[in-house]
Amino acid sequence: MTTDGADRGTPAALRTAALEQLLTERGLVDPRVVDAFIADYETNVGPRNGAKVIARAWTDPDYRARLLTDGTAAINELGFGGPQGEHIVVVENTPAIHNVVVCTLCSCYPWPVLGLPPSWYKDPAYRARMVKEPRAVLAEMGLELGDDVQITVRDSTSEVRWLVLPERPAGTEHLTEQELVPLITRDTMVGVAKVEAP
Amino acid sequence: MTAPLDLDGIAAPPRANGELLFAEPWHSRAFGMAVTLHDAGVFTWNRFQAALIARIGEWENAAEQDQPWSYYDHWLAALEDVLDEQGSVSRDDVATRAHALTRLPADHGRRQH
Repeated sequence: MTTDGADRGTPAALRTAALEQLLTERGLVDPRVVDAFIADYETNVGPRNGAKVIARAWTDPDYRARLLTDGTAAINELGFGGPQGEHIVVVENTPAIHNVVVCTLCSCYPWPVLGLPPSWYKDPAYRARMVKEPRAVLAEMGLELGDDVQITVRDSTSEVRWLVLPERPAGTEHLTEQELVPLITRDTMVGVAKVEAP
Repeated sequence: MTAPLDLDGIAAPPRANGELLFAEPWHSRAFGMAVTLHDAGVFTWNRFQAALIARIGEWENAAEQDQPWSYYDHWLAALEDVLDEQGSVSRDDVATRAHALTRLPADHGRRQH
């Protein structure tokens, strides 16, 4: 690991272009494959996969039990998996216990179900403060939790990637699994928001 | 000591889905290259992740953070570290090529003020 001046002076955009040219010339990447990966992560992989997992867990008690026992396997059942999808552990939010996810080291995140992490998840302030004062940070993000609610901060690593199973809101009992999916946002599966009834 | 979360700008916590994933085009290229190389077996994800953690840690532990926080700067540096270390693309090669790219004709990639 070096901190020499080589990567300080040259703009990152230029170094990225240079690197892609060299990798292409050496047959290590095909720019069209890079395009396809980017498009896939931007459009196909994302919170929608995670929302389907949560909606299934809300409507199928057996699936819910499997999801809480072995997250990665239960998520694979629905056809979602891949890099950063190993070792997903699902934790349940209840009226008494609220889980929120952070990665204090870098940005470990369950990509196959949540897509790419939002910029605030990677921000040093979020990463440092969520551990020290979760109640205050959550309030700043619009989620006020009562003092009787216990907050558990889950630190993701390459060994364990946490996914929150949010509470199903009251007033959604009549909705089908398909109708529940759009209610479930990324933020609710990171634990920085609650699912709202429509 | 606590750092306040920004109220707006790139680090601000959004309150809904729909945030842009990449702030600049090169962010997505740097991201896409790492994913493609990993998929092709050029390096393991653990190796890349270790390099990324090292780069971010270096920035966080620097006595003076003269560089503003930029996640994808660290991502790109980690990618260069791994490729340099395994001899796929050396740091010097990247620097030389990047330098050559700056010498394109004056009207290419240069903005009129």
